[in-house]
Amino acid sequence: MNLEFDGEELAFQTEVREWVGSNLPEDIRDGVMNGTGIVKEQTIRWQKILHDKGWIAPSWPKEYGGTEWTAAQKYIFANELAAAGAPALNPFGLTMCGPVIYTFGNEEQKAEHLPGILNSDVWWCQGYSEPGSGSDLASLKMAAISDGDDYIVNGSKIWTSGAHIADWIFCLVRTSTEGKRQEGISFLLIPMDLPGIEVSRITMIDGGHHVNQVFFTDVRVPKANRIGEENKGWTYAKFLLVNERNGIAQIGGKKRQLARLNKLAKATGMEGETLADSRTYQEKMAHAEIALNALEYTELRYLAGQQSAFAPGSEASGLKIKATELQQSMSELFLEMAAYYSLPYNGFRDMDGVNEPPIGMPEFTGGNEDFLYGRAATIYGGSNEIQKDVMAKILLSM
Amino acid sequence: MDLSFSDEQNMLRDSAERFVADNCGVENLRTVRDTEDGFSRDYWKQFAELGWLHLPFSEEQGGLGGTPVDTMVLMESFGKGLVMEPYFSTIMLAGGVLRQLDECALIEPIMEGNLLMSVAYAEPQSRYDLFDVTTTATKSGDGWTLNGHKSVVLHGETADKLIVSARTSGDRRDESGISLFIVDGNAPGVERRGYPTVDGSRAAEIILENVSVDADALIGVEGEGHALLEKATDEAITALCAEAVGAMKVLVDTTVEYCKTRQQFGQPISQFQVLRHRMADMMMEYEQAKSLALVAALKVHSDDPVEARKAVSGAKVQIGKSGKFVGQQAVQLHGGMGMTDELSVGHYFKRLTMIDVLLGNTDHHLKRFSNAA
Ligand SMILES: Cc1cc2nc3c(=O)[nH]c(=O)nc-3n(C[C@H](O)[C@H](O)[C@H](O)COP(=O)(O)OP(=O)(O)OC[C@H]3O[C@@H](n4cnc5c(N)ncnc54)[C@H](O)[C@@H]3O)c2cc1C
Repeated sequence: MNLEFDGEELAFQTEVREWVGSNLPEDIRDGVMNGTGIVKEQTIRWQKILHDKGWIAPSWPKEYGGTEWTAAQKYIFANELAAAGAPALNPFGLTMCGPVIYTFGNEEQKAEHLPGILNSDVWWCQGYSEPGSGSDLASLKMAAISDGDDYIVNGSKIWTSGAHIADWIFCLVRTSTEGKRQEGISFLLIPMDLPGIEVSRITMIDGGHHVNQVFFTDVRVPKANRIGEENKGWTYAKFLLVNERNGIAQIGGKKRQLARLNKLAKATGMEGETLADSRTYQEKMAHAEIALNALEYTELRYLAGQQSAFAPGSEASGLKIKATELQQSMSELFLEMAAYYSLPYNGFRDMDGVNEPPIGMPEFTGGNEDFLYGRAATIYGGSNEIQKDVMAKILLSM
Repeated sequence: MDLSFSDEQNMLRDSAERFVADNCGVENLRTVRDTEDGFSRDYWKQFAELGWLHLPFSEEQGGLGGTPVDTMVLMESFGKGLVMEPYFSTIMLAGGVLRQLDECALIEPIMEGNLLMSVAYAEPQSRYDLFDVTTTATKSGDGWTLNGHKSVVLHGETADKLIVSARTSGDRRDESGISLFIVDGNAPGVERRGYPTVDGSRAAEIILENVSVDADALIGVEGEGHALLEKATDEAITALCAEAVGAMKVLVDTTVEYCKTRQQFGQPISQFQVLRHRMADMMMEYEQAKSLALVAALKVHSDDPVEARKAVSGAKVQIGKSGKFVGQQAVQLHGGMGMTDELSVGHYFKRLTMIDVLLGNTDHHLKRFSNAA
């Protein structure tokens, strides 16, 4: 056992590093590195570059466009990209819906949807949660009633991230109200431009437009858009949830965040020196770095053991909890470091069309939005309370 | 010892809570946050009529001679209603400085609601140290010329007059050599760039470039402004703590209420033990915070400076810790709803986050507390 990369892995690391260095567009890198953020067009541009290289979906099976990399290679790849300032990919097609389609979809569905996901021409969103069904997802009510070759869909989805910029939505819908709740759910792909679909903005506490409520009124959806069998959607959804939690620790992004914190500390004056010289902050940074190391090696141990008899998903629950807690505490550290300059709000509200430079320290840019929106990380994707229940049940057999 | 409130204090609480319930809260915040002022001038007039602007000024000054406990009662109500008016900057900060002067012609118009003020104490490099001042005031003729950059001045854009800390002698981090000046908000050479703060309120960067003021603009004793400033901010901290306590109370109540009604898995989520314990923890945090906010109000004017300082900084530490826990857990327990701009929860959470920063965060006051003895 050893932690060193072997010769091949080192060569791969160099290859990735050099390639990203010369292919990641400057404006995108700056948006990520400087905290100003990036927009959909930039994500698409970057995803297309990755796609042209054949690196857009390393985890997919080779036949569908994957790379067949080893766990070590995937780890190297993710780290190198994050360190270079590459943005996170849109997960809805690539890590959520895509794998469901190639695993459970029929040949027509694969041919129709996988290329658009891989080349980023089609943007997806996830329609699971409903006003009455959050943590208790199986209680969902949005109805798909059979009508010949179609379903007539009525109901509403809430908290749908990016629905306002999506082309398609993958939904869990109720196709039966009999028997166990989990056994009356189907997995349906719906184009967002069908008549009867209305997207309504929900503004979040950071002032941003990230999520929506989506209303469906007598929306006619062909049954051909259903994945797999009717009333088997819950099985596919569970598979997806496990997949969704893969890479959830976001180690690369956190290392980048730590580096930004260091930069901010050096740029912040205190007692005639910089914050980086203050014992209190050195210790806080050390805490963050240790927690990050623990998280990273826990993920690596899990990845190495992936073929073993682990209960799928339950170890991801622990990663999700620790990762989101660390993310939140690091974003608090940002605020603490910026002191009074954590107060000016440079974000979305009020600032549309305003062309003034942000107030305060450039090293802090985006810190407020990250802190505020980051509170959601312990809520979405299965809240941390729910994850602990999953761990207790599956990992601890209670 | 007597920890009960007087009849006057109970009446003050009743009237403040009624006003806030009828007029303030998240609806009002949404209305005023996008206006240029960031608050309602009409409410400010009403504050004056209700006597709230007179409260902490002495009877000799024409005020009501209220104690810090009286202010606490008022500010706690303000915290419950997300009050947006510049009470803290005008009455607590600026008023807190002016109250210490033998004579001050500005107090009357402040109490009448005709004069808005703020104190420009922070600078880009100063963090929370009031003595870290690089803004300079140099003698020129009979008066002074001011140069420097003051940061995150609360309601700095709408303040008619500012109290500016500037160095008249000494080095950057010397406590002595700092003097306080009254500067007209519109004086030539004063550049104000206003912006929204994270909680929906407003602040400004203020650049002073060769700003000329008369000799009588200097208040207090030349070079001894730091003591004035520290006394005013200590009292202002007790007011902030009270505001935070009010905000926490709303969050605890709102969260309990929400969890009793929100159904998941066929039952109110208040039935889940982990959430019951969490809410019990929130309640305890609120109680601890309330206790130390009271101690701070009772001891801030203590003759023993160590006792006063420990009470104030101790309260600020507790408020920082409790406010963070209560604010963050209130959002968490509301699930997605807690993340919205629509619900009030997020606004109280942001206000508490802001209060931790104002006049020194938890770390700052932990250090001040441990250095006090
Ligand atoms: C920013 C954001 C983006 C999102 N994006 C999407 C998206 O794209 N698509 C989508 O379908 N959904 C999305 N969601 C929804 C998300 O998955 C839900 O918010 C989440 O499942 C929680 O549901 P809820 O909000 O209804 O909270 P609730 O389920 O009502 O939970 C409220 C609180 O109760 C706790 N709780 C609930 N049940 C239990 C229990 N049994 N034991 C202990 N505690 C419990 C929760 O942990 C939480 O703290 C998003 C949410 C957010 C905030």
